[in-house]
Amino acid sequence: MASKSETFRKHKSVSYAKWGYIFITPFFLTYCIFSLIPLVSTFYNSFFENYRVGLEQIGPKFIGFENYLEVFRQGDIIKYFYNTVFIWLVGFIPQIIISLLLAVLFTDLSLKLRTSVFKSIIYMPNLIMASAFSMLFFALFSDNGPVNNMLVSMGMKEGYRFFANVGSTRGLIALMNFLMWFGNTTILLMAGIMGIDTSIIESAQMDGASSPRIFRKITLPLIRPILVYVLITSMIGGIQMFDVPQILTNGKGNPDRTSMTLIMYLNKHLYSKNFGMAGAVSVLLFIITAILSGCVFLMVYRGKIGTGGLKK
Amino acid sequence: MRRSKKILAIAIMMAIALTAAVGCTKAPQVSDQTDKPSVTDNGTSDVTTPGEAEEGKVLRIYCWNEEFKSRFTDYYEKAGKLPADIEVQWVITPNENNAYQNKLDEDLLKQDTASEKIDMFLIEADYALKYVDSDYTLDVINDIGLTEEDLSQQYEYTKEIATDSKGRLKGVTWQATPGLFAYRRSIAREVLGTDDPVEVQKHLSDWDKFDSVAEKMHSKGYKMLSGYDDAYRVFSNNVSAPWVDENGKIVIDPNLMRWVDQTKTYTDKGYNNRTSLWSAEWAADQGPGGKVFGFFYSTWGINFTLLDNSLAVPVAEGGKKEVGNGIFGDWAVCEGPQSYYWGGTWICAAKGTDNITLVRDIMKTLTCDAETMKQITIDTEDYTNNMKAMNELANSDYQSAFLGGQNHIALFAAAAPKIDMSNISRYDQGMNEEFQAAFKDYFDGTVTKEQALDNFYNAVLEKYPNLSR
Repeated sequence: MASKSETFRKHKSVSYAKWGYIFITPFFLTYCIFSLIPLVSTFYNSFFENYRVGLEQIGPKFIGFENYLEVFRQGDIIKYFYNTVFIWLVGFIPQIIISLLLAVLFTDLSLKLRTSVFKSIIYMPNLIMASAFSMLFFALFSDNGPVNNMLVSMGMKEGYRFFANVGSTRGLIALMNFLMWFGNTTILLMAGIMGIDTSIIESAQMDGASSPRIFRKITLPLIRPILVYVLITSMIGGIQMFDVPQILTNGKGNPDRTSMTLIMYLNKHLYSKNFGMAGAVSVLLFIITAILSGCVFLMVYRGKIGTGGLKK
Repeated sequence: MRRSKKILAIAIMMAIALTAAVGCTKAPQVSDQTDKPSVTDNGTSDVTTPGEAEEGKVLRIYCWNEEFKSRFTDYYEKAGKLPADIEVQWVITPNENNAYQNKLDEDLLKQDTASEKIDMFLIEADYALKYVDSDYTLDVINDIGLTEEDLSQQYEYTKEIATDSKGRLKGVTWQATPGLFAYRRSIAREVLGTDDPVEVQKHLSDWDKFDSVAEKMHSKGYKMLSGYDDAYRVFSNNVSAPWVDENGKIVIDPNLMRWVDQTKTYTDKGYNNRTSLWSAEWAADQGPGGKVFGFFYSTWGINFTLLDNSLAVPVAEGGKKEVGNGIFGDWAVCEGPQSYYWGGTWICAAKGTDNITLVRDIMKTLTCDAETMKQITIDTEDYTNNMKAMNELANSDYQSAFLGGQNHIALFAAAAPKIDMSNISRYDQGMNEEFQAAFKDYFDGTVTKEQALDNFYNAVLEKYPNLSR
């Protein structure tokens, strides 16, 4: 009798656990099909000479690390990496500062702001497709565009050729990225700040701590996980920057390829269906992203994993 | 519990391994297909004896804009030549960012197995050889069945472009595209004292004279040219060697560097408006508010682009193509400093088409029939590829209202036979695009000439990994 009920119980627990696995299988299946397999095949493809000249297919022929060597022989990838990081930083630094500021303001109970309206307004730019957004900027800042017309009517002699100058082209790309993403970041940070127990802040106020001090000593340490998340996702997004500069410079990365990002460079190889070189560039990108994410993670979490800032 | 966990894990692992293996073996398979030798290698193909096989009911045409479609509709379909039971499918992919060729290439490579086969497709001169020199196009004479007699009135250069390395003609065109210099009559009268094309031509007959007119224009507040690329074709068509030599090495012709130097001078001295080809500013320079003396344009550019750009009220908004609307009628054309061509569209028959008879009839009507072609020129002011019809018009009292009553056909008819296409290569499109793009930075003053050249090499080597510096 006893053994029978034992086996019964066993069976019951098995059938429950089964559901757990069934429910998570779709994720693993889609992950494998759409992420893991492409990832592996990218590594695989990067070892082949495989491209098209017109309608003529060359390869695929196994050539080992030749594609990687070729990427470094051309040497320009470092320049494109610099472009990408530079443009990302120019957009990201003001973005994180303003987002933090807005998040703190919006969550400050004493201000009694009705934040839902602001939240939707600052999120709006992100709803526009990036390509449409950069077409808009292209039209606005073109040589005969409204911005230049305004500059001329304000007394400038010739107008400013935004897309013929390095700083203005990069600046415009950074500005667009800033406008598109600061709302998103603000909302994430707000969520983080609202997760903080208000009694902690209140007791700090009771002890006579000033607002900047509360921000530095309570808010910042407690939203650290969210900050790390924002930093890493934004960095990965930044490294993958493509649509905005691609449309704005018509795929050329003008002027002098100074606004050519890594992914635009990758895209260049698709003209000749050069899967080998494109694969090599992708793998390098993968490595760079992994290293950078690791660095950020370690930097922010150094010695703090599992403890949380306040416990000390 | 543990066992079913194991089974699940194994199942997932196997799924990964299987799909990964499938993914890995895929790449070589694709290339096998494309490496397959083609049926037409022995010169003539046996599949295509004219009129013998059962013909398809669907005619599938690949092109990049509405131009051929309107020719086809107006002069073939409306002429009652299209059999009633044929359905014409237009697959129109815009040229932007190479999209048309990408689409065409993918579908041509799948042509053997596709259920909806391409019957006809259009190509441009800059990349004609890419398709002409492949097995995906049919021989117009031996496969399609047009005769030498049919083709005798076509301009020689239009046939040179579409002839492959084995001497087979693979495409035909209804237009010839000699280029001229289109200028504003009012500005010519003000600066040069005359708007007569013969007199104006004397001022522009070589590049030195052209430069001195540019200076005069500048001193009167006008620009000689609109942008950087305007004169490019005139230089690039008069090169002494193709872009790529037989060893796959890229050759930069001295004439192209002359274009670079001239354009730099024009830019620095303010003789041009620093626009780029096809940009909104460039188009505006051709309109009523433009201060630019002239544009290098070939046949289609005058009756399509320039005419549309010159109107104050566009046709789409109810404007009429008549004197009084914008600067319609203020234009004239002359030969300019050097003869050149620009553009043109060739019709190719795709390997595997099941409409040989129909394709032959379309090609014959639109590219060989003198009456139809003459009518096209009269209706649209386009210049058609038929020497007999064009010489007739050249010697008639034909007048173009848009060009202030000038008979520009006579100038085209004189220029067309001079066109030399011997230095064309299959890389022309990519080379020309990247050369202009790279030197734009030099004209803008952001890079030195050497850096611009480096950027050019980088860009074309990305496009054509088989070439070398």
